[in-house]
Amino acid sequence: MTPQSTFMILAPITPSHEADLRRLLAEMNYEPGRLNSMNSYVPFGQFDQLHFARIMILEDQTLDDITVYGMPRIDYPTYLAFIGDCDGPAEELLAEMAKRAGEGLRKIFAHCDGFRSDADLLVWMSARNLLPSANYINWIGRTVRQVREEEALRQCIEEFVRKNAESMRGMQPTQVREMLKGFVADEVQSGRIKLTPATPTPFGWQVRNLFHLLGMPVLLLVLSPVLLVALPFFLIQLRRSERSDPEVAPRVNADHAKVLASLEDHDVTNQFSAMGSLKPGLFRRLTMILVLAAIDYTARHVFNRGRLARVTSIQFARWVFLDGKRRVIFTSNYDGSLEAYMDDFINKVAFGLNVVFSNGIGYPTTNWLVLNGAKDEQTFKNYLRRHQMPTQVWYNALPGLTALDKWRNAQIREGLEKTTMTTGEVRDWLRLL
Amino acid sequence: MDRGDMSTASVDVRDIQGVVRFGFGPLKDASFWLLKIRDAAAARAWLATAPVTTAEKLGAPPVTALQVAFTREGLEALGVAADVLAGFSAEFLSGMTGEASRSRRLGDVGANSPEWWKWGSAGNVPHMLMMLYAQPGEMDQLTRRIRSTGWNAAFEISDCLTTSNLQGTEPFGFNDGISQPELDWTRERKTHGDQLRYGNILALGEFLLGYPNEYGKYTSRPLLADEPGSAGLPCAEDYPDKRDIGRNGTYLVFRQLQQDVRGFWRFIDKQTHSNPQARLQLAESMVGRRMDGTPLVPAQSQHIEGIDPKSASKNQFTYDLDEDGIRCPFGAHVRRANPRNADLPASNGLVGRLLHMLGFGNAKYRDDVIASTRFHRMLRRGREYGTRITPEQAVADGPDMGEHGIHFICIVANILRQFEFVQNAWVMGTKFDALTEESDPLLGNREAIAGCRFTNAFSLPQESGACEHVAEVPQFVTVRGGAYFFLPSLSALRYLATVGRK
Repeated sequence: MTPQSTFMILAPITPSHEADLRRLLAEMNYEPGRLNSMNSYVPFGQFDQLHFARIMILEDQTLDDITVYGMPRIDYPTYLAFIGDCDGPAEELLAEMAKRAGEGLRKIFAHCDGFRSDADLLVWMSARNLLPSANYINWIGRTVRQVREEEALRQCIEEFVRKNAESMRGMQPTQVREMLKGFVADEVQSGRIKLTPATPTPFGWQVRNLFHLLGMPVLLLVLSPVLLVALPFFLIQLRRSERSDPEVAPRVNADHAKVLASLEDHDVTNQFSAMGSLKPGLFRRLTMILVLAAIDYTARHVFNRGRLARVTSIQFARWVFLDGKRRVIFTSNYDGSLEAYMDDFINKVAFGLNVVFSNGIGYPTTNWLVLNGAKDEQTFKNYLRRHQMPTQVWYNALPGLTALDKWRNAQIREGLEKTTMTTGEVRDWLRLL
Repeated sequence: MDRGDMSTASVDVRDIQGVVRFGFGPLKDASFWLLKIRDAAAARAWLATAPVTTAEKLGAPPVTALQVAFTREGLEALGVAADVLAGFSAEFLSGMTGEASRSRRLGDVGANSPEWWKWGSAGNVPHMLMMLYAQPGEMDQLTRRIRSTGWNAAFEISDCLTTSNLQGTEPFGFNDGISQPELDWTRERKTHGDQLRYGNILALGEFLLGYPNEYGKYTSRPLLADEPGSAGLPCAEDYPDKRDIGRNGTYLVFRQLQQDVRGFWRFIDKQTHSNPQARLQLAESMVGRRMDGTPLVPAQSQHIEGIDPKSASKNQFTYDLDEDGIRCPFGAHVRRANPRNADLPASNGLVGRLLHMLGFGNAKYRDDVIASTRFHRMLRRGREYGTRITPEQAVADGPDMGEHGIHFICIVANILRQFEFVQNAWVMGTKFDALTEESDPLLGNREAIAGCRFTNAFSLPQESGACEHVAEVPQFVTVRGGAYFFLPSLSALRYLATVGRK
């Protein structure tokens, strides 16, 4: 299994260069929301291990919101973010990008503070690579190559089934499967289908993963006396905060909404990028750290097979702290339209959304951290849309394929490769076609 | 604000336009007029005394009925102030054709693209919709009454959309409008918490503004300070110091959908080698009901809340007993338009429920992938147009029978969450219910999607194994026009008759 990894290179944009940078990023697209994946700056399509990537200007629309706490607005620098999800170590991909797309990347980063044309690009990028505090991968171990091969496999088998529908009609499911196995074996033999076996899981990753799997509960156990003592104080503080924290979720500016919408629904998958400031004070910051650690843990060890709780439409997602943990950026790649995405949030995992996002300024009021909040549908949607930022450049290596498509295709292959299956299993397997 | 103890507050049906409550079925003749406002003052004067039919139940159905609705352009033309207008929903303000991204989501691309529409594209949006209903022979009299004093100065008819009575079927020949949500007029429904069973009764606020919706919240709409012009408007339940323009009003989505009846039956005839039995069967699988409206899955004995016992044979079912889509294909039209699921998959006990809430306990990858139905229902009030042709006539050679179609009309309090969601995620969506490469067999536009080989298949799951596939399904339905309207309450209509007066 090849584990996935992630990178997020963050650098402040030189204010006088921002307009230029926008023009440059626009040049990478055919039109807003439609990337030329072989553009001359960063030809994403050349990097076989890259699932998703985005290059964007982090324009926080909500910097004034902190004034509801009687605190002054903080003018953070406007950052450029280069974000990606890939197979294998991110360092390897970045090194390859520095080599093969170095010129274009330099042109982009030249708009950032302190970038010198003689700088070592890889060193520069690595120094600005921020790790997420929580990272979600729909299916840990599923590579771009695997998805491509399995989609080709599905198409090939389905064509065969359609051509031979007549002759298959009277056959038993197991006979059909044998016939398909024979067909695929021939196709593989002749090189028309490629099914690369999974590579062994890197030993170092296995050790680290096991350490993480066991380490967190151990840490929790060790800290439990402290946490138990802290719990009543936490709850008192939580209730106090929930009673007094103001909501800031007015109707979204129509022009802002239009820009966001113009970038969406060019593919069956969409990008989402949002940021905001944490509610002031240590309480919310600590809560956020704990909650993100819990999400990261469950995403890594529990929800790593196609479902993030009940949600099947999120392919990759991450939360990253910025600016001394005063702000957070959330980015995701999800299937379907934004309305459906938010619907999943509200109706399927409102509790999960609430525990995280309610630490942000202006979130609809929660009750005991998990209740209400996102269930205030329109306020929640306003909140999300308002914190969302235009993603100027977005790359999807596998357009047209949802996470469920990828899952189904993997099952099709699995069913071919299994040594024994019951008749019922074979019938269910055939129904995937 | 939550509904609190307002839940028993009565509903003033005389303030609601009748079409929210009735389909005006006995009024077989209908005509939909698309209007431009010629002169705002004259239009307001006419509206002040417009004989608009209310939702009050009378001893007998009325002989005629009139309903009035406005686009954003229409409200502007009447003189509604910008700050009041800004309180309407974003999708209403932008309009059905206002943004390319909306057209993408609604499937209004390719042959459905607004640039080909007869009406409703940018610059060609009507101001008003007048819906005229009459018992046979009474339409002329209604028309005369409406076009009385002041009419000519006030309005210009830009289109007059006629309808025909196809005896309850749509032009392909299927019984239509069978499944309708039931409104909770008595306001007794509890919407709080996960609904563990599919139900057909829905909070009033799903279909009328000013009442709590299925989330127990009030959908945003324009509220006014208590000022002289607004005195006739009801107070907002959630903000008692404000006057509610929306209360008892709602949004109305109108789409003129042309149906290629010949193309539909001929394609199916070819697929089934002109075997009438097989032809009927395939057509019914695509629709998801028999031609007479009988569902393809058996009715259940257990009562479904909000289903009239009289229509139990047609509506008392869910797809729980057809989880492999063998009786009714996953992609069938009615299964897409109303998947009849609950908030959570069926589960045993508290532990089972908890497991489901965390996403465990699903046997198959496609389990629990469809959004909860109750947040995505629509009241449908459409009417057909064109002459009636049978499948046999459609297949046979014969003279051109003109244009057929349906004036699709639905009533929703939240256009985005109800109409646009259903249209986008369920009907046009090629990935609905973990399917791929196919959209609604009737309504799909078959347009290419990046990374997909095609979008024009239709799959029929089989008991024995692999699905049967119908390939290269053509486009049968083409959008010819459409717009989003605000269907005001009677009191809001009177308010509109006073706006802009200096």
